[in-house]
Amino acid sequence: MLADPLHPNRLRWLCRRGMLELDAWLTRYLEMGLPAQPAERQADFARLLERDDMDLFDWLTGEREPPAEFRAVVDAIRTTRYKRT
Amino acid sequence: MTKPGIPRRTFDAVIVGGGGAGLRAALQLAQANLKVAVLSKVFPTRSHTVSAQGGITAALANVSEDNWHWHMYDTVKGSDYLGDQDAIEFMCRNAPSAVYELEHMGLPFSRLDNGKIYQRPFGGQSKNYGGDQAIRTCAAADRTGHALLHTLYQRNIAARTQFFDEFFALDLIRDDDGYVLGVTALEIETGEAWLFEARATLLATGGACRIFRHSTNAHINTGDGLGMVLRAGLPLEDMEFWQFHPTGIPEVGSLITEGVRGEGGYLVNKDGEAFMPRYAPNAKDLASRDVVARAIAQEIRAGRGCGPHGDYVHLKIEHLGADKIKARLPGIRELSMQFAGVDPIDAPIPVTPTAHYMMGGIPTNLHGQVVAPVRYGPEEPTPGLYAVGECACVSVHGANRLGGNSLLDLVVFGRAAGQHMIEYLRDNPFPRPLPSTPLERSLARLARWDRGEGSETVAGLRAEMQQVMQAHCGVYRTEALLREGLTLLDGIEARLPAAALSDRSRMFNTARLEALELENLLPIARATLVSALARTESRGAHTREDHPDRDDDRWLRHTLYFLEHADGRDQLDYKPVRLKPLTVEPFQPRARTY
Repeated sequence: MLADPLHPNRLRWLCRRGMLELDAWLTRYLEMGLPAQPAERQADFARLLERDDMDLFDWLTGEREPPAEFRAVVDAIRTTRYKRT
Repeated sequence: MTKPGIPRRTFDAVIVGGGGAGLRAALQLAQANLKVAVLSKVFPTRSHTVSAQGGITAALANVSEDNWHWHMYDTVKGSDYLGDQDAIEFMCRNAPSAVYELEHMGLPFSRLDNGKIYQRPFGGQSKNYGGDQAIRTCAAADRTGHALLHTLYQRNIAARTQFFDEFFALDLIRDDDGYVLGVTALEIETGEAWLFEARATLLATGGACRIFRHSTNAHINTGDGLGMVLRAGLPLEDMEFWQFHPTGIPEVGSLITEGVRGEGGYLVNKDGEAFMPRYAPNAKDLASRDVVARAIAQEIRAGRGCGPHGDYVHLKIEHLGADKIKARLPGIRELSMQFAGVDPIDAPIPVTPTAHYMMGGIPTNLHGQVVAPVRYGPEEPTPGLYAVGECACVSVHGANRLGGNSLLDLVVFGRAAGQHMIEYLRDNPFPRPLPSTPLERSLARLARWDRGEGSETVAGLRAEMQQVMQAHCGVYRTEALLREGLTLLDGIEARLPAAALSDRSRMFNTARLEALELENLLPIARATLVSALARTESRGAHTREDHPDRDDDRWLRHTLYFLEHADGRDQLDYKPVRLKPLTVEPFQPRARTY
């Protein structure tokens, strides 16, 4: 039995990365941005999580332009504001 | 026997952890045609090794005159003489061949114009035993760890290492004679327990900086191998030594490099006072990391911290002007805007001392064998058990690690451990019978989280533990503060049985994983506090305000902490530092000044 690729628990675990900044960015979006998104955008996020840490880091810091298919989701992650508790 | 229905796999060797150390050891074994499994709780190339951006140190002499003796001297001195000199010689002497080996595997090192591997200068590197700056750290641009991890992963795939991705290791399987016969693990996707039987087991589970509130480490760094070792009745070594970076963004932990202060940034407290001149009149904001970290901690303790909790200070760079900030510090500006919500062109960046690296860990010898005092001496190998990398304490970093030495530690001792495991497996060709109930302990741990209504939450207890460790066992330590911290930690541990999970589903149950991680973090926090309380001196990263001097007569020795011991809980033992190198003359302890 395979878990639903968009299952929130599965996505949460895939947000565990090798770099702290990615943990922070991806988890923040998972909690604050993703739930309100349509299924199509949620699927973009799930596909983004399959990519390499360094690619994600470069795209999210703006060091490199992400491929067209990820532009919208990368932009959404970057513009979800982080709130200090 | 095992319960029916519990998946069971048998390998020659099982490696727990898919970072650089685990993959280097696995490669050695797989290339010797042994059957090797790597268990990793995340996909291996998402291990924390990717965060090691700086490089790997080896005396190649490509840029400046150099030799491994000087590298060895710097490492011994950097360790504040707590590093074992035989292990340090082994590492530094083997560093060039380890780097060339990576080059031959295809790691894309940056190059000099003459085609040789590029090297850059790092702090603490010297020529001629404390002379001019040496240039010793090899790099693949600013992503050396990432390149290392991918190179080793590809090589392991080619050598047919078998990967079990998204498997969370639970406990060591040990028989009555002390042999380690494999591990139990949780398959994250299904929530099922598995049994991995192997004649040799290697732990390469990384560091545990997540015991602290502010940490530069990825969230996966929960010290899982250390928890397994403590539960198996084995000790941890030198757990009082944690390296802190002075300027991380609070909560998130993202590093703000020294380069910002190098460009003219300076620290201020809540009164707007530039306080560094009070602590370091000459070097001011460019004093060494430990000095700056302690100064910030003292300002916070004195009630001069900023923000609603008064738990950080400000790093000001507005005066540099928008043009210079955009040109010279674009990455820092981006991180500050993203994670502190502050554009440093307009307002100061909040920063606080942030846990960065664990020098202590699972005690090993230079073959990677896990060693412990059992009957005849302080360093008897535990048959069938190995540890390498940040989770291990071999001890090459002693009381303080030098930049560029952690990637080196991974590959040199990963290879050495793999090689020793090959010999061990040859000498021990037959599997020993498993204990009658190898899964009992792990299944009981899992079942515990399937029960009850809770008045406590895992996230709540973890946050309290992190707060206690940051405030009571961070860069500012006194006996009273540490004692109080231990009492608070006792209180948190006492409430753990009252914690329950809201989600008890099977598949990808991250709440349950976080509960199991907390069961690893709590005893590591305990080991740290107990070890730090006992060490009444200041050495390397362990600074006791009430014992400000290094005391070689009493404390030139390694701490061993046992969670569970025949003599009771929280037992400490000590063993001498190995001051005799393998082939060269020892470096005698001297004052550590730069």
